[in-house]
Amino acid sequence: MAPTRREFLKIAGVSAAGLVLPPLASVFAGAQAGMPAAGGVAPTGSDPRSALTAKRWGMVIDTRKCRSGCTDCIDACHIAHNVPNFGNPKDEIRWIGTEKMAHVFPAETHPRIPESIKSLPIPVFCNHCENPPCVRVCPTQATFQRADGIVMMDYHRCIGCRFCMAACPYGSRSMNFRDPRPFIPKIDPAFPTRTKGVVEKCNFCEERLAQGILPACVIACSEKALSFGDLEDPGSDVRRVLDGKFSLRRRQELGTGPQIYYIL
Amino acid sequence: MKLYNRGIILAGIVVFLILASGPFWYGRGRAVSPPDLKLDTPAIEQLKEKLCVEPAPYMRANHMRLLNDWRDSVVREGKRTYTAADGKVYKISLTGTCLECHSNKEQFCDRCHDYAGAKPACWDCHIIPEEVR
Repeated sequence: MAPTRREFLKIAGVSAAGLVLPPLASVFAGAQAGMPAAGGVAPTGSDPRSALTAKRWGMVIDTRKCRSGCTDCIDACHIAHNVPNFGNPKDEIRWIGTEKMAHVFPAETHPRIPESIKSLPIPVFCNHCENPPCVRVCPTQATFQRADGIVMMDYHRCIGCRFCMAACPYGSRSMNFRDPRPFIPKIDPAFPTRTKGVVEKCNFCEERLAQGILPACVIACSEKALSFGDLEDPGSDVRRVLDGKFSLRRRQELGTGPQIYYIL
Repeated sequence: MKLYNRGIILAGIVVFLILASGPFWYGRGRAVSPPDLKLDTPAIEQLKEKLCVEPAPYMRANHMRLLNDWRDSVVREGKRTYTAADGKVYKISLTGTCLECHSNKEQFCDRCHDYAGAKPACWDCHIIPEEVR
């Protein structure tokens, strides 16, 4: 027996009310209990008193001041960030390394460059590019660019696909092919380690900048070869050094816009 | 209806049902007591008011969501402080803030995660200060 038109409308009305009312009731109950709504976390901005901020962070490396065989910046960085030492070049993880001029500036090298410059140990970092190819290729947005120019890794999102390693023209990225924990000489609890299967790289010490401290490598360099600061601020350290000298950027022709400048 | 190999098939079905329902029969009538979480760490003993960043029932139900929000807040947005519902401001840090009080990870985090069958990957990277010291 088919219901009458009146019965059908009654049932439809009651059903609709049943769908709408319970969620409404729970919303009011939640408001009364004063519970923070799930996902309603709204942290305040980072502490403005101490954090170092910039429009665009950059670094200048005066390689003429680098002493041959010196690894102060590398050691300081790798200790501060729990970078493992696997003891073989195949698995090597490096946030900072050194390379010869022919590898760092292949286009600028020619046979008449003096041996003193050719043999310089040039420190190489992540260039925190203005137009970072690693960010563009990352399928999970684990690598992203902050408003202040720092190209950051979100290790929580990294799936270890290594597209970024293929995209980076500077070889600034390293893959954790093995569990790094047992190979960290001394774990610093202040900074997380990484896990097997993620890619890692220099983060311009963003965790230190947030506390108002300059990057570990800059502080560790006894020769003051590294300057760090805001490239948009004409009074900053980096701008003063850049204004006084001719400087180079790595593989400028690629259009990545590196934010690490070299004085040779 | 003709069923070929009736004996083997029926025996197979019976064996499958016994195996598949085995765990339910095995655990029948046994109550696993909820884990006994320890809140007696030195840092918690020293607190005047024994409160977490948010009320305990909220933390019990939503700590994983809160931690996810903390993670995104620090890594993606660069915001390193958390303002609780009561207005108190906390530094966002798993190792620094959470484990400062809950320094007994094995008797607190692990016991409940084991009971609930949860396998969070936090500790693959984040450091348990007790293990390093």
